[in-house]
Amino acid sequence: MKVIELLTQALELIVALTAAPLFLGWVNQCRAWLQNRRAPSIWLPYRGIRKLFHKDAVIADNASTLFRMAPYIVFGAMVLAAGIIPSMGTRLPFTIAADAIALVGLLATARVFLSLAAMDIGTAFGTLGARREMMVGFLAEPALLMVIFVASIISATTALPAITENLATQSLGLYPSLAFTAIAFTMVLLAENARIPIDNPATHLELTMIHEAMVLEYSARHLALMEWASALKLFNYACIGFALFIPWGVSTGDNGPLGLLASVPLLAAKLAVTGAGLALIETISAKLRVFRAPEFLAVAFLIAVLGLLVHLLLGA
Amino acid sequence: MPFNDSSLSACLALIAVWGLIGLAGLLRPKSLGFVAHTLFPLGALCGLALAVVAAMSLTAPAEQAVLPIGLPDLPAHVRRDALTSLFLFLLGITSAGISVFAAGYFRRGQGTPPGLLCLQYHLFLASMGVVLLADDAYAFMVAWETMALSSYFLVTAQHAIPEIRRAGFLYLLIAHIGAIAILLSFGVMQGGSWKFTFDAMRSAHLAPQWGAIAFLLALFGFGAKAGLVPLHVWLPEAHPAAPSPVSALMSGVMLKMAVYGVLRVTFDLLGKPDWWWGLVLLAIGLFSALYGVVFAAAQTDMKRLLAWSSIENLGIIFTGIGLAVVFNGVGMHSLGALALIAALYHSLNHAFMKSLLFLGTGAVLHSTGERNLGRLGGLIHRMPWVAWLTLVGALAMAGLPPLNGFVSEWLLLQAFLFAHEVPRTFVNMMLPVGAALVALSAALSAYVMVKFFGVIFLGQPREPALAGAQDAGAFERAGLIWLALGCFALGLLPTRVIGALRLVVEGLSGASLQNAESPWWLLVPLTGRGASYSAPVFLVALTAVVMLTVFTVRLFYHRRARRAAPWDCGFGGLTARMQDTAEGFGQPIRHIFGAFFAMKRELPSAFDAAPRYRVNVGDGIWQGLYLPIGALVQRVADTFARLQQGRIATYLLYSFVTLIVLLALML
Repeated sequence: MKVIELLTQALELIVALTAAPLFLGWVNQCRAWLQNRRAPSIWLPYRGIRKLFHKDAVIADNASTLFRMAPYIVFGAMVLAAGIIPSMGTRLPFTIAADAIALVGLLATARVFLSLAAMDIGTAFGTLGARREMMVGFLAEPALLMVIFVASIISATTALPAITENLATQSLGLYPSLAFTAIAFTMVLLAENARIPIDNPATHLELTMIHEAMVLEYSARHLALMEWASALKLFNYACIGFALFIPWGVSTGDNGPLGLLASVPLLAAKLAVTGAGLALIETISAKLRVFRAPEFLAVAFLIAVLGLLVHLLLGA
Repeated sequence: MPFNDSSLSACLALIAVWGLIGLAGLLRPKSLGFVAHTLFPLGALCGLALAVVAAMSLTAPAEQAVLPIGLPDLPAHVRRDALTSLFLFLLGITSAGISVFAAGYFRRGQGTPPGLLCLQYHLFLASMGVVLLADDAYAFMVAWETMALSSYFLVTAQHAIPEIRRAGFLYLLIAHIGAIAILLSFGVMQGGSWKFTFDAMRSAHLAPQWGAIAFLLALFGFGAKAGLVPLHVWLPEAHPAAPSPVSALMSGVMLKMAVYGVLRVTFDLLGKPDWWWGLVLLAIGLFSALYGVVFAAAQTDMKRLLAWSSIENLGIIFTGIGLAVVFNGVGMHSLGALALIAALYHSLNHAFMKSLLFLGTGAVLHSTGERNLGRLGGLIHRMPWVAWLTLVGALAMAGLPPLNGFVSEWLLLQAFLFAHEVPRTFVNMMLPVGAALVALSAALSAYVMVKFFGVIFLGQPREPALAGAQDAGAFERAGLIWLALGCFALGLLPTRVIGALRLVVEGLSGASLQNAESPWWLLVPLTGRGASYSAPVFLVALTAVVMLTVFTVRLFYHRRARRAAPWDCGFGGLTARMQDTAEGFGQPIRHIFGAFFAMKRELPSAFDAAPRYRVNVGDGIWQGLYLPIGALVQRVADTFARLQQGRIATYLLYSFVTLIVLLALML
C-alpha cells in the first residue's frame, strides 16, 4: 500500500466528516435565499450537532439495546460509505474490499437499522416512519442499483474507482444512457435524503413526514449522530453522483499529493453547484402526498431501466 | 461386492443410523424425555457426522455401488459425486442445528405422540439422504415418495385442526402431481433402452425435442416441490402448518432437494442443456422471486410470511441456474460457472437463514402461543436470545453485508453484469433487465425482514399475555446459535465456500471459474473483470468505525442518560394499539402490486352504527388458475358419476357391450 493511497483514503474520510454538515448548511442557505428568507448561518448544522452532544440523553422507558446501538451503526455505515466513494481520488485501498454493490448494501444496512430503531419504542410516529422509509427504500435501492449497473456495464466492472477512472477519461456526452440514469439518480437522491418532493426536512410533526418521524425519540448524542449521519448521507449521495456523472478532475494518483490537493477545490465547486441546484429543485417543486411517492420512485426505477436498455440498444 | 469406497458407505451407514434412531422412537412412543433428550440429540450428531463425511468427500472422485435391496432383479444403485456431497453436507449441517432445537421444542400435548413424530422426522431426514444418493429412477422415486409422505405426516402432526388437514391434503396432491411429472421425465430420459439407471440415462442420446420434453417435465415436477410460481400454492399452507422444526427442515432443506433434482437432470442426466432452457428457468425464477416476496410483504402470519419468502429465495436460486444454462449454452463457461456458484451459494445460505428464522418463530410460538403478527410485539425484552439470534437471520435474509445473504446476491449480480455479452440479439437486451428484478426482490426482502423482526420483537407488546413470555431453553438456544454461526461463517469466508463450490460446478457442467489465486480474505470471482469483495475486511472496518465512534463520544462527551416515557405529542396515553401493524406494513405493497392480489374489501358506509372494515387478501393465481381447474375436475367427475348407476343390470350391460365391441374389433 503506497503512501498516496493512504493519504487519499484519509483525505476522503476527513473531508466527508467535516464537510458534510457544511454542505447541508449550504443547501439550507441557498433554499432560504431562493425563498426570500433571511438565511441561517452556514455553520448552523455544526452548532446544532455540538449542542446536541452536550445535552443529557433521554431514552424512552422501553427502549432496547438495539435503539441505543443504531445511531452508532448508522453513523459508522455512512462514514464507511464515504470511504468507498471516489470523490477526490481513485486510489482508495478500501475499495478492494467493497465495490459499488457493497456500497448499496452498506446504505441498506444503515436504512434497516434506522427503521428497526424507529420501531423499537413502539410509537405511532416511529413505526409509520419506519414503514415509509422502507417503502421509499425498496423502490429507491433497485433504482440506485440500476444506475450503478449501467455505469458498471459501460466500464465492465462494479469497482467504483475503476468506473470513475474509465468515465473520467471519456469525452463529454458520449453516453445518452448516462443522461437517463442521471435523471433517475437525482430522483433517488431526493427520495433517499428525505428532501422535497418525498419528504420535507424542515418540518416536525407533520403527518406525512418520514425521516424526522423515525428519529423523533432520539435526543442528545444519539440524535447528534443521527443528524450527522443524515448530513453524511446527503454528502455521499452527491459524491456518488459526481463519481458517476461528472468524474472529471478526480485525482488518479499519478500527480502525487499535489494532484490530490488540486481535486479538493474542484470537489468544493461541484458541491456548491449541486447544493444550489438541490435548493432550486426543492423550491420549485411541491411535496407529494405519501401515496404518490411510490409512483415517483417507480418512475425513477423505470428511467434507470430505460437507461440500461438505451445503453444496450445503442451500444452507447 | 456392494461397497467399494469408504465415504459412500459411511454416508449410507449414517443415513441408516437415522432410520434406526427413528425406529427407536417406537420403543417408548409416549416417553417425551427419552425421545427428546436422547434420540433427537443423537440424530443431530448423526447429521453432523454426515456433514463432516460429505465435506471430506467433496474432492474425492465419484463412487458407485449396487445395493442388493429392493425387488428381485431390481437392486438399488447408489452414487456419490461432488454434487451429492454438497447437498449431503447441506442436509447434515442444517439438520444438526434443527434437531438440537427440536430436542427442546416438542412438548407433551395433542397430536402425534412423540415416538411416532421421531420416526417420521428421522425417516424424512433419511429419505432426503437417499434421494441425494440414488442412482436409478426406482430408488430415486421410492426415496422421493418417502420424503413426501413422511413430511405429509409431519405437517399433519396437529391433525385435529381442519385447516391443517386441508393444508396437508393440498401438499400431498401437488407433491404427487409433481412426482408423476418426474416419473414421466425419467421415462423419456431412458431413451428406448428401458434401463432406468442414471448411467443409462447419461449415455442415452435423445433427440433435441425429447431432451426438451424431459427437461420441461423435470422442471414441472421439481418446480412443484420447489414451490415455483404457479405451482406454489401448497407451500404457504403446508410449511406454516407443520411444527416449527419441521417447517425449518421443509423450507431450509427439502426445497433444496428440488434444486438438486433440477441440477441433476439438467446438467448431468441430459448432458448438454440447450441455452433456451435457461430462459425458461430465468423467467420462472424471476417471476417466482417477485411474486413470493410481494406476498411475503402482505402476510400477517409470521410463519406464512417466511413460507412466501422461501418462494422468493427459490426463485432467486432458479434465476441463477437459468443464467448458468444460458451462459453455458452459448459457450461463456466462466460466467456460467459463476452463475451456478451463485445459485449453489444461495441454496446453502437459504438453508441456514430460513431454518434460523423458522426456528425463531417456533420459539416465539412456544412461549406466546401466537402466530399472528397482530398480537405480538416487544419480545426483545422478554426473549433476548431468540430476538438477537433471529436478527442475524433477518439481516442475512435482507441481503445486508457482511452476512451471507449478500454474498450470493453479489455473485448473481456480478454474473448479470456480463449478460449483455450473450451473442443472441434481443435476449442480450432482456437479460440485464433480470438484474433489475433481482435487485427489486432483494430490496423488497429487506422490507419484509424489517416488518418481520420489527413487528414481532420491537415496539410494545400488543397483548398483555406477552408480558409472561419466556426465553428459549438451552437446546433451542443451541440450535439457533448453530445456525446463526453458519450465517456468519458463510458470510465471512466466501472464498473458502466458493473453493468448494467450484469443484461441484466443474464436476457438473465442466465449466470452471477463471480466476487467479487470490488471498483467502479477498473474493475475486473473475480476474480483471467485475470487482472484488472482502467480507472480513468489511466487517473489521465497520466494527472499527463503530467502536471508534463509541469511544470518541465517550471520551469527549459525557455519557449521562435518563429514562423517560416516550413522547406522546402531549396527548397522553400512548397504547400498544397505536403502533403500526403487520397489515399497515402490507398496505403500500398491496397498493403498488395490486395486480398480483385478489382483494376483497368491505368498507363501512357513513351511517353504520358499528363500522367494520375488512379486507381479504387472496392469491390471484389460486383464484384464476386452481379454482377453475378444480371446478373442471369436479364437472368431469360428475359426468362420469352418471355411469355409476349402482344397479347390477347396468353393470352387466356395460360388460356385455365391451365384449361385443372387443369382438367386433378382433374380427
